[in-house]
Amino acid sequence: MAWNLLLRAVWRERCRRVVSTQPGASARHIVEGGAPPVLEVSGLTKTYTIGRFGKAQVVRALTDVDLTIQKGEVLGLVGESGSGKTTFARTVALLERPTAGHIRLLGQAVPPRLTQKRLREHRSHVQMIFQDPYTSLDPLHTVRYSVSRPLRTFKVVPKNAEGATVDKLFTQVGLVPPQDFLRRYPYQLSGGQRQRVGVARALAARPELLLADEPTSMLDVSIRLSIMNLLLDLQKAESLSLLFVTHDLAGASYMSDRVAIMYAGHLVELGPSESVMGGPRHPYTQLLRGAAPDPASHFGASKRFEARGDPPDLTSLPSGCPFAPRCPSARRECSDSLPEWRQVGPGHRVRCVLY
Amino acid sequence: MLVPLLEVRDLRVGYGWDEVNVTEIVRGVNLRVGAGEVVGLAGESGCGKSTLAFAAAGLLEAPGRIMSGEVLYEGTNLMGLSRDKLRALHLAEISMVFQASMNVLNPVARIRQQFRDAMRAHGINSADESLARAREMFERVQLPARFLDAYPHQLSGGMRQRAVIAMALALRPKLLFLDEPTTALDVVVQRSIVQMLSDLREDFGFGVVFITHDLSLLVEIADRVLIMYAGKIVEEAPARGLYESPQHPYTRALMSAFPPVGAVRTRLEGLSGQPPDLRQLPAGCAFAARCPKVIAGTCDAIAPPEVSSGEGRRVACHLYGHAAFGAPQGDRLERSGDGLEPPAEGGLEGKVSAGG
Repeated sequence: MAWNLLLRAVWRERCRRVVSTQPGASARHIVEGGAPPVLEVSGLTKTYTIGRFGKAQVVRALTDVDLTIQKGEVLGLVGESGSGKTTFARTVALLERPTAGHIRLLGQAVPPRLTQKRLREHRSHVQMIFQDPYTSLDPLHTVRYSVSRPLRTFKVVPKNAEGATVDKLFTQVGLVPPQDFLRRYPYQLSGGQRQRVGVARALAARPELLLADEPTSMLDVSIRLSIMNLLLDLQKAESLSLLFVTHDLAGASYMSDRVAIMYAGHLVELGPSESVMGGPRHPYTQLLRGAAPDPASHFGASKRFEARGDPPDLTSLPSGCPFAPRCPSARRECSDSLPEWRQVGPGHRVRCVLY
Repeated sequence: MLVPLLEVRDLRVGYGWDEVNVTEIVRGVNLRVGAGEVVGLAGESGCGKSTLAFAAAGLLEAPGRIMSGEVLYEGTNLMGLSRDKLRALHLAEISMVFQASMNVLNPVARIRQQFRDAMRAHGINSADESLARAREMFERVQLPARFLDAYPHQLSGGMRQRAVIAMALALRPKLLFLDEPTTALDVVVQRSIVQMLSDLREDFGFGVVFITHDLSLLVEIADRVLIMYAGKIVEEAPARGLYESPQHPYTRALMSAFPPVGAVRTRLEGLSGQPPDLRQLPAGCAFAARCPKVIAGTCDAIAPPEVSSGEGRRVACHLYGHAAFGAPQGDRLERSGDGLEPPAEGGLEGKVSAGG
């Protein structure tokens, strides 16, 4: 009986959430030609339980995240370490099971529990590029093996076309001539080359959506830009959708059509790249923007950078806006409840009471 | 003429276990740091910037070997000093903060104990005094004193870096080497540590050699910036001058490798190709193979001489030959005195008017 009531309450809550996200959905983005967005996420929540029974604590890694990615769009997801940006990418790739919320891929709802077959289908559409090119490739296999695996798993091409396809992928990611690289093991490649193999492997599945989780942060300066350019070229050529997860504001503004700012598992600001970077509205975005090295703004007047406090403990999030304890313009109402999304410009939304 | 805090003269450093098979990593570098000056050193991985810092700080261990050149700290040649004398100098006069602070701290000792060990090595034997200093320094780096009792793994990356900086500055050294101190950290943490360091520098007045590959950060915080490529300084300039008119093609390429925040989106090409193998350096300029402005027959044959190319600037590139500039303009050493001015007076504005 009690269970029944509980389930009903959970169900009602979910319905409420879905309904509450609907009005935002229309204003959120211009839907072109009626084609469904590649990815539509609503109310995505992910919690982890840590500690032993009795002393268990709940880590709220993602709280109620709504996000849409259109076909051929590059969306930058920016946040500090521990903000949940990687968890978001991993959850979308279903490497983690969402605790609550809905994921729609190419207009189709992704059920919370999937058969192995359905999961494989999901992953053939959504591929991930990992942060660390040193640990994300199997050291015991040649890179040719790593890249050809998805071709078999997702039955992309018939077996006799495998060799030619791998060659083409290597060429696409700039590992030319392919025969110089195919038989190498990851340890025989430089960091940038390994990351290119990682990109080739992700492309092999012919995905609609590429999730790049800080693909450049482990690389040297000289290679960073070339990997970013490679991703942009591929994204344009194949009209892929790309989620670019990063803590580097400059990189995000270089790559992305739209930028989403994440703090403590919450999305706080979302909008076109130029408008978010040019006029950040949320105090947290302003903090990030002020922290980014920017010689041009420095030379005029000496500005002081003030950052109070640290990101909150995800096991005991403050009530209301998670940024309120650090926010220079916090008011009493900020800690009462989470602010609603407010429209501050074309396609530019912010979750802050100031607007 | 004032004796500079640190002067490195034609330093050559290599790695190798015997005299014959040595790979030269630092190939004839000149570097001066004035008291209280912030000198930035930038370049790609493997260009020799860390090796240069280790050698200049007297921390180089075998198989690293100094092949020639001098490192003068307040006029004393560090190379002539015994190990004991060098030990006494480290921390008290010259300190260094590294990128991976986790590897610097002892994982099985509390921070307080590590502080005490460092102080004891420099003659502060009283536990109370070392604790008092530790508390004071923790306050300066904005860390709660309770973290003195913590083990390194209990601190976040930013806190560890603060603890290491507290230790490095406890004995009020005059020269601080910062080897990519913020590279592994988040932007917000990075910015607050950089801000804290610049506050501490204003109070304590130490000179800084700041090593990083993040040129946009460096240009913002340094007085002077040196660009290093394949073991050589290819360009030196006041920070603002470097930002506004980079001269060496490598500097330009390095700058364009960092997309600016919030600017109109345009495609940047950055750096193409890879740095040369230091074991088999090409004849002529080491950057020639990657250079968009390479002069065939010159750049790949003759090593470019270092020329003075404007106020307080030098560049090693054939594009800035003697013909273009005639006699070197002004004395570089005189100009580098600019950084010696107390930063409090006029601050940035002072520097700006001097530069313009």
